[in-house]
Amino acid sequence: MSLLKYESQLREPLVDGNKDYHQVTEDIIKPIEMKPSRLWYIGFYISVALLLFGVYSVYREVTYGIGQWNLNKTIGWGWDITNFVWWVGIGHAGTLISAILLLFRQGWRTGVNRAAEAMTIFAVMCAGQFPIWHMGRVWMAFFVLPYPNTRGPLWVNFNSPLLWDVFAISTYFTVSLLFWYSGLLPDLATVRDRARTKFRKWFYGIASFGWTGSTKHWQRHESLSLVLAGLSTPLVLSVHTIVSFDFATSVVPGWHTTIFPPYFVAGAIFSGFAMVQTLMIVVRKVLNLQDYITIGHIEAMNKVIVLTGSIVGCAYLTELFIAWYGQNQYEWFAFKENRANLFSPYGWSYWLMMFCNVISPQLFWSRKLRRNITVTFFMSIIVNIGMWFERFVIIVTSVYRDFLPSSWSTYYSPTIWEIGFYLGTFGLFFTCFFLFAKYFPVIAVAEIKSILKTSGEGYKAKMTELEKQDAEKFYIAEVDHAHH
Amino acid sequence: MAGGIKKFVVGTFDDEKVLFPAVKNVRKAGYKIHDVYTPFPVHGLDHAMGLRETSLHTAGFIYAITGTTTALTFISWVFTKDWPLDIGGKPNFALPAWIPITFELTVLFSAVGMVLTFCYLCNLAPFVKKHHFHPRATDDLFVMAIECTGKTNDAEVQSFLKNAGAQEVNVQEVETGWWIGTYDKEQKLYKEEKGY
Repeated sequence: MSLLKYESQLREPLVDGNKDYHQVTEDIIKPIEMKPSRLWYIGFYISVALLLFGVYSVYREVTYGIGQWNLNKTIGWGWDITNFVWWVGIGHAGTLISAILLLFRQGWRTGVNRAAEAMTIFAVMCAGQFPIWHMGRVWMAFFVLPYPNTRGPLWVNFNSPLLWDVFAISTYFTVSLLFWYSGLLPDLATVRDRARTKFRKWFYGIASFGWTGSTKHWQRHESLSLVLAGLSTPLVLSVHTIVSFDFATSVVPGWHTTIFPPYFVAGAIFSGFAMVQTLMIVVRKVLNLQDYITIGHIEAMNKVIVLTGSIVGCAYLTELFIAWYGQNQYEWFAFKENRANLFSPYGWSYWLMMFCNVISPQLFWSRKLRRNITVTFFMSIIVNIGMWFERFVIIVTSVYRDFLPSSWSTYYSPTIWEIGFYLGTFGLFFTCFFLFAKYFPVIAVAEIKSILKTSGEGYKAKMTELEKQDAEKFYIAEVDHAHH
Repeated sequence: MAGGIKKFVVGTFDDEKVLFPAVKNVRKAGYKIHDVYTPFPVHGLDHAMGLRETSLHTAGFIYAITGTTTALTFISWVFTKDWPLDIGGKPNFALPAWIPITFELTVLFSAVGMVLTFCYLCNLAPFVKKHHFHPRATDDLFVMAIECTGKTNDAEVQSFLKNAGAQEVNVQEVETGWWIGTYDKEQKLYKEEKGY
């Protein structure tokens, strides 16, 4: 009987260094128990400052109305909805990593899933701000809920994609939060049981819900995680599908396309992974977690980026081709004149998007570049800029010149309060992320331990040693039992 | 359920390779394993201990179909009975348009229901205080607690555990109550099984 499960030596170790279980705990929990570094404080205060600027921008918008933004009769959706779709898209990588990769049994997810899920939750929180404050009379926001009221009762329109969005985003947020927190319980218990200060004992005592590590509890926990993963997989696909329905079910040229759902989902995963890269490259360095988030992890995510980036590229070309092939003059005008014509008012944004999302990720076909941290970091920023422009292109260039030339919009550019609101969500996102990185284990400790003996560098070396000594005996003792 | 005092012999292991045969031998010898506390899910340990399968996923399914039914009945009641709206002469019963919300509610009910059930079954909640047999059970040790009855000779159990490979063995007395954990009432008796 063996518990050292055999894993091919061709596979790179997922945990570098010769670690044992205790060392894993030490490495990951240590940052929580130490005073944050000066860099942490600087980053945190900048985030809070941005957040406050965002709060003030929103305050102005609520006080003086949507007129604080540069929206006009033709462009009713500008930066605000662009930002909404962008943040929701970013929120897709966490669930993809934690759910879909769990179902596909990808061991490397354990290094990044916790932080990616946290990122998802914060990104969805940011996304939610935009449609809520866009309502103008935000104190009426509860009207989107179907509750018995004295106006009839007058119900919400269940046939409207905007209402589907309300359900999709709120369900996605709730389920992601539950998935994330149920995974956190055992790790919070680890922090609790190591705690020496009074505050930590108290705080993690409450936060860990009294987790003991009982075998029965683990059995249920495994069942829970698996079913939540199974539920989240179609959920994550549904969320951006429904966001794309906001556009696709309309009759606006440039929006009215059936390709939107898969195209949006691929784009969401693409931008989400880029954001995970941006964050993880910083986190692994600052918290000294290079042994757990290895170059192998970064390479794996870059492979996802080149795949989804190419899907997005295919989608861009397909919709362009269909706009021409479909012979609808309005559709073709939207694509040819409003977008692809470099000298039209927004042509630059279309080509910027093409460059960032389609051309630049192709660099990742090279293994050397996939494994280069500096290149990956810059690429992750470029991809996120590109994906923001994708949403901007879809939203603004489809509406600014509509069917009636007399109502064509003058050039739309945002006001400082529109930009301030966007910066404010960055503040919210990073404030949350800094607090998370300080007070919670950024890597799933228990999950790393469960793969340590198959994929840890030290254990893999031991296995190779055994294999060399007596291959036949090794096969019977280790490999044969690996799948039982 | 307070009042009584229960005695446990607690042994710690630092390797799953030692833990598995130990679990097997303890059960073979007829002792009752109260629980084994581990820092991460050890696959196959529940089977080795003779625990029955959890039916949490069945509960999840029931919550899911509750969500589906709630969404469908509510929306169709609103749009066909309570306030039918004529939208361009289209049918009031517009099932395809309701699929997104029905799906979302299915997932929502299932996930929330399952997590609450999980917390209820495992007695997990904020401010809950439980008995912890060893603080390193969440770090790097596998902690086995064996329940002693009046007839048990705990010195014997201790030396048995030592022989089975336990690093550190002691006896703990705990006030009975839910805080020591609940476990399967019908723990299966040990029988020779293949596979572990």
